[in-house]
Amino acid sequence: MIKIGKYILYDMVRNRFVMAYTFFLLLVTLSMFSLDSDPGKSTISLMNIVLLVVPLVSIVFTTIHFYNSYEFMEMLLAQPVHRKTIYFAEYLSVSIALSVAFLSGVALPLCVFNFNESTLYLILIGVMLTFIFVALAFAASVATRDKARAIGIALLFWFYFAIIYDGLVLYIIYTFSDYPMEKVTLSLVSLNPIDLARIVILLKLDVSAMMGYTGAFYQNFFGSGGGIIYSLLIMIVWILLPLLIAHRKFCLKDI
Amino acid sequence: MITIQELNKNYGKLQVLKSIQLNFLQGRSYAIMGPNGSGKTTLIKSILGLVIPNSGSIQVKGKSIHNDWKYRSHIGYMPQIGHYPDQMCIGQLFDMMKDLRNDFTNVDEDLIREFKLDQIKDKRMHTLSGGTRQKVSAALAFLFRPPILVLDEPTAGLDPMAAEALKEKIVLESTNERTFLITSHVLSDLDDLTSELVYLNEGSILFNDSIDMLKELTGEQKLSRAVASIIRNIPISMQTV
Repeated sequence: MIKIGKYILYDMVRNRFVMAYTFFLLLVTLSMFSLDSDPGKSTISLMNIVLLVVPLVSIVFTTIHFYNSYEFMEMLLAQPVHRKTIYFAEYLSVSIALSVAFLSGVALPLCVFNFNESTLYLILIGVMLTFIFVALAFAASVATRDKARAIGIALLFWFYFAIIYDGLVLYIIYTFSDYPMEKVTLSLVSLNPIDLARIVILLKLDVSAMMGYTGAFYQNFFGSGGGIIYSLLIMIVWILLPLLIAHRKFCLKDI
Repeated sequence: MITIQELNKNYGKLQVLKSIQLNFLQGRSYAIMGPNGSGKTTLIKSILGLVIPNSGSIQVKGKSIHNDWKYRSHIGYMPQIGHYPDQMCIGQLFDMMKDLRNDFTNVDEDLIREFKLDQIKDKRMHTLSGGTRQKVSAALAFLFRPPILVLDEPTAGLDPMAAEALKEKIVLESTNERTFLITSHVLSDLDDLTSELVYLNEGSILFNDSIDMLKELTGEQKLSRAVASIIRNIPISMQTV
């Protein structure tokens, strides 16, 4: 697996898109810190951008990459190599390449400008979101043979998690506001990795004003430490679930 | 070498392979022919494990290929259109394949020399023309001296010199007890290269015997005419075109 991963990674790192992504993240991070003199505020603005951009780029790039390397996978599959090996090598190398881009674009300048515990969490969350959305992109890609449809499904995932989901949750809470909704809200948050990521960072930054109803309850329910561990665990589930579902499908797929 | 029993494959409602029974013997060269969409590529991909059949069994060297992957070290495959990682150089690609198979010494680099690929080994894959890619695919298929070679449209896209070199290589290797499965629409190529013919039509086998037998049955001297007479003998209802 390491052998194959090494070659895929080599191909990815030279890819212009990954370099452009790194450069873009670097630009955003630097401009955030030059715009605002308070590093805490810049970290929050940066977080909002990371929560939108990282999932979007991860899911779209991975889907396109999957289809572009379709024939390469076909070639590898004709060699004496296990399908499982190819699948996980692909997954790991895409995730690692995008994580390296994220680390050098965001983590490096963050460590220079404003290194503390909360930025460390921002970095961790960025890497985890990359792994989650690459896994979701694999699930979208193995579901269909058609590249356009797969990109459509991938974008839908992103729209749903990044934009529609919050509205949906608000609507549910508003509709059922006469009932005790705390536990329901809590479980609803677990269904969205981006929300989980946001809560982890906000709990860490201790800015309950920005967390709203759910966040406040969350903090109350778990205390900061427990909430963070719970969120991180659920995020790991969010990596494994789509990854393993897609793996099952990939092993039975006609190439 | 390869035994196929009751192989069925359907894509949705479309049945692509209908209870195929085949036996490919060691040291023989088989031409797999049939009109477009008759199931040739699906058959080849089933043997390679790229397509998972709905039912039936395939055995390579006496072992079922179901849930196995090691058997593919016996097979060299040249796809119809080869795609490789864009940023990889030709030299790196060959090194990667050797690395994957853990085989660095017992390799057959005749075709690499013949096609002069060693002189352009620093060229990136995405800068190569379609024909050069075909040369790379062909060289890769022969690289590890596999006992079974599966060539899907080997001469399509190659210039006449390269096509001739590849054909010479195939003829040379078929004397070495290797089994060849070749699909092609260029009948004159198949006439020189293969001794057996499997003719598929709409997923069923119409003819499976030696080419000499076919010529005798039809009374024709050229493969193209003999094949034309098979097609003529298909009942109208079964014809695709």
